[in-house]
Amino acid sequence: MTGATRAEGWAGWAFVAPALAVIGLFFVLPVLGGLVLSFTNFDIYAIGDPGTAAFVGLANYREVLGSSLFWRALLNTLYFVLVGGPLSVAASLGAALLVNSPLARAKGLFRTVYFAPVVTTLVAVAVVWRYLYHPRFGLLNRLLEALGVGAVDWLGDPRTAMPAIILVAVWKSFGYNMVIFIAGLQAIPSSLWEAAAIDGAGWWRRLWHITLPSLKPTFVFVGLTTMIGYFQLFAEPYVMTAGGGPLNATLSVVLHMYKEGFRWWNMGYAAAVAFVLFLIICVATLVQLGLQRERRR
Amino acid sequence: MRTRLPALAVNLGLLALALVTLAPLLWMASASLMPTGEASAIPPRLLPSRPTLGHYRDLFTRLEVGRYFRNSLVLSLAVTGLSLLLNSMAGYAFAKLRFAGRERLFAALLAALVVPAQVGMLPLFLLLRSLGLVNTLWGVIVPGMASVFGIFLMRQYALSLPDEVLEAARMDGASEWRIYRSLVLPMCRPILVTLGAFTFMGTWNDFMWPLIVLTDQSRYTLPVALANLSGEHVQDIELMMASSVLTVLPVLLLFLALQRHYLAGITLGGVKE
Repeated sequence: MTGATRAEGWAGWAFVAPALAVIGLFFVLPVLGGLVLSFTNFDIYAIGDPGTAAFVGLANYREVLGSSLFWRALLNTLYFVLVGGPLSVAASLGAALLVNSPLARAKGLFRTVYFAPVVTTLVAVAVVWRYLYHPRFGLLNRLLEALGVGAVDWLGDPRTAMPAIILVAVWKSFGYNMVIFIAGLQAIPSSLWEAAAIDGAGWWRRLWHITLPSLKPTFVFVGLTTMIGYFQLFAEPYVMTAGGGPLNATLSVVLHMYKEGFRWWNMGYAAAVAFVLFLIICVATLVQLGLQRERRR
Repeated sequence: MRTRLPALAVNLGLLALALVTLAPLLWMASASLMPTGEASAIPPRLLPSRPTLGHYRDLFTRLEVGRYFRNSLVLSLAVTGLSLLLNSMAGYAFAKLRFAGRERLFAALLAALVVPAQVGMLPLFLLLRSLGLVNTLWGVIVPGMASVFGIFLMRQYALSLPDEVLEAARMDGASEWRIYRSLVLPMCRPILVTLGAFTFMGTWNDFMWPLIVLTDQSRYTLPVALANLSGEHVQDIELMMASSVLTVLPVLLLFLALQRHYLAGITLGGVKE
């Protein structure tokens, strides 16, 4: 080819090289290294002297799958994903329908208000919610008492701790998907709605037969990103329930990995936990894509 | 009558949801101004009897929160500046410069998006440790200097830049760097603001990686310090609320200032997929 395009080729590589080097060295390499690490017994002694670590085959994976604590963490995480995820998407859609309604006033203001929790610092709002949930002076219980319901030890009772964390997560995140839903709603031609209205279709029928089917691509995207994000639950239990309590009711897989890897320095075991989680996320992604495709038929 | 009732329902619904959304943040702000002990008073108070800034003063004098604030600020600014440079260079090249293997490389980058960050955290820690970067701010800055999402966002925007302008500059003998520096960057301004806001807030709010890498208290960022303090000072509600306000306020203000850019970035990254 001509000299100009060859120069452009060199320039292209030179322009992407710095970013690729950073991503390659500090992301791709560690991910591959993690796979290797998961087949070793790398522990606190190996940090001082890596020579003491040895390959142990699938021993870590066997240990992970045989650990009742891991299964507890996985069940808790699935609870969070399967209940919290759909709730969050439903809240986002509801808020988007409200804000996008032709009857709504001050749309911009409400959109901003609903989005505010998204940009706040998770650790800070988790600290705030921990006090709102306080059994004695927390505002939530005072409110319930005013309604005649007895006090609940939200974060201290194993049955209510995870629902309490789900509520915080939904509150914190629904504004994000709401913005995506609003964009999806605005892409629906209003002529579709008007035609249906002239045909005498009520609000619910129009929602069911026009709005929701038109939002299908949005649902696929929002469903996947929300699910993957919810699988990575970490900061809420770290801050709100002192690292997964009570009785491990809010211990998540990532928190389990963090504790094993960075508190007890069982890095081989923790790397295996990370890859099992990754595998589960991959399978869940494929399942969800399969479900969406099924529904489209 | 027939149109009024639905309108009333919609707007009441909006108001109720706004109240639920804002209540925790408003209580945080109010409690941070209460005299010690008032936030746990029974019956509860919603507003401070005598508003005081004493807890904020305490944070800076007694708990050295000023240092954490500075750490967070330095770190977020460094990551934002460096990653804007690297991501914009790469995003522009992927959009406009033809080079061998470009499409395959870009596809490989997008595939990396499905891997959660936690998967690489353990070896990354060991790698940074061998480089002597653990327990330094660089340990947080270096892995954040480029991101797949940032490159993707930059490329999407750069695709729409006019080829004629770039080609004309090339004909005039401008170097590729010169074209990037004085043509591409100014034309990419809106998306740079968007990505900058995303990156700054993301870094400011980030918790898990700084928690792992910054082991010495003097290096803590605000979220890490706050998680730590909230364990030690469980009873000092007003003090904890003041430090929560201090942590949240910068990003909240930044969002309010750059709202339009920020929200545009979500739909650009989301709907185009």
